[in-house]
Amino acid sequence: MPTTQTQTVTVRIPTPLRSYAGDQKTAEAEGATVGDALADLAERYPDLREQLYDGDGDLRSFVNVYVGDEDIRHTGGAETSLDGGEEVSIVPSVAGGAFG
Amino acid sequence: MPTQTAAPQQNGTTDAELSTDELQRYGRHLTLPDVGREGQEKLKASSVLIVGAGGLGSPLAMYLAAAGVGRLGIVDFDHVEASNLQRQVLYGQSDVGRPKLEAAEERLREINPHVEVERYEARLSSDNVFDVIEDGPGDRSYDLVADGTDNFPTRYLVNDACVMAGVPNVYGSIFRFEGQVSVFATPEGPCYRCAYEEPPPPGLVPSCAEGGVLGVLPGIVGSVQASETIKVLLGIGEPLVGRLLLMDALGADFRTLRLRKNPDCPVCSDDPEQTELIDYEAFCGLPSSDSANGEPMSNADESVPEISVTDYAARREDADAPFLLDVREPHEYEITNLGGTLIPLGELEERLGELDTHRGEEVVVHCRTGGRSAEATKLLRDHGFDAKNLRGGVHAWSDEVDPDVPKY
Repeated sequence: MPTTQTQTVTVRIPTPLRSYAGDQKTAEAEGATVGDALADLAERYPDLREQLYDGDGDLRSFVNVYVGDEDIRHTGGAETSLDGGEEVSIVPSVAGGAFG
Repeated sequence: MPTQTAAPQQNGTTDAELSTDELQRYGRHLTLPDVGREGQEKLKASSVLIVGAGGLGSPLAMYLAAAGVGRLGIVDFDHVEASNLQRQVLYGQSDVGRPKLEAAEERLREINPHVEVERYEARLSSDNVFDVIEDGPGDRSYDLVADGTDNFPTRYLVNDACVMAGVPNVYGSIFRFEGQVSVFATPEGPCYRCAYEEPPPPGLVPSCAEGGVLGVLPGIVGSVQASETIKVLLGIGEPLVGRLLLMDALGADFRTLRLRKNPDCPVCSDDPEQTELIDYEAFCGLPSSDSANGEPMSNADESVPEISVTDYAARREDADAPFLLDVREPHEYEITNLGGTLIPLGELEERLGELDTHRGEEVVVHCRTGGRSAEATKLLRDHGFDAKNLRGGVHAWSDEVDPDVPKY
């Protein structure tokens, strides 16, 4: 089942992180796994790296990543393999509220 | 009857009888399959605690009152400000300056005099949260908490307290054009900590203060919260237990993601490592102190030298007037400015070179209310600048120096 081929997926960038990703709502990324695809994304948008990863290079705990509607924590984490064409969503915690 | 989740326990209280007035008022509910007279009486016997009477709390409180939830508790300690009116539809022009809860109670009584409104004029904390949650009708707790707060410490506090008290938590949050809703802390479902075990460190993700919010958005999100609240109270439909609803107003896109209970969750697992409330300010990386005006303390740093707006105003015309640096965003500068040089906080580190000519000179840094500028002041001082934070920012300037400067 696990593929090792590089696949292209669409990553949905949440509003709070868009300014770090060229103000785009979605971006294409390539990789055989979710981890690879996110690393590819961080390479294309270096400002995004600090937002997504902690100092040890692990995904930050307040950033959840989904493939389709499933949290990758329940499908193998960064090793979750991609078939291509999936939608990967980055969903950070948001506190608001309405301070403006 | 579809009952995906258990309705909150009514602890044997007999459902309230409906008067003739109420039977007329709730006619469209009484003829609605899944609600009917029995459901309406259940709503009357129910109690909901709404945390925050702002953007989310407005539609929540108004729709739950109109729907006939018997007792509504509301927690807030703010006064109505002009900049609230763009989205906080509980209030009108004549309410500006009034305590929110006073204005809210009046409005809710007008919407439905059959509803009991209980005010809690306090900042919710680990010390008082259980007193409030347990203050339901009679000797019962509130049946449900609806979370319409605006900051991470209170969100985690409300979640943990709901888990410990066994009270479902209907969660909603918003940012710019996007919202999230879920139902946490039901016996079988996940809690907020299952989804997000820890908050982001302060300052890493842009705050709402920089981001703004579409005025209609809390109306959409708060209304979905109200709908979920009624579903949970009545035990009907499929509440967002174990699902996170994401709404994007710009894309007109609604979708749900699956949330699972974390078997190792620090608060809601079978063997939780945290069984008592903690210091939530510290947990969120903030100084554990109160803030006078209810601003989230997100970026404040007590150790940074400050200057008051009046002291700075007095020195503005002097020959040795300090250099003024504005670290807000360009769209905020367009709203109003104090004549400072604009370098947004996020770009400050890489653009420090532009400030080289001001080394050795006094630099006063400001933002909207003083949080981002505290961060910037710290950064500048770390790089050898003689920087001071303008306490209270544009808001304090408007209050104490120039009322023509708008507080946005």
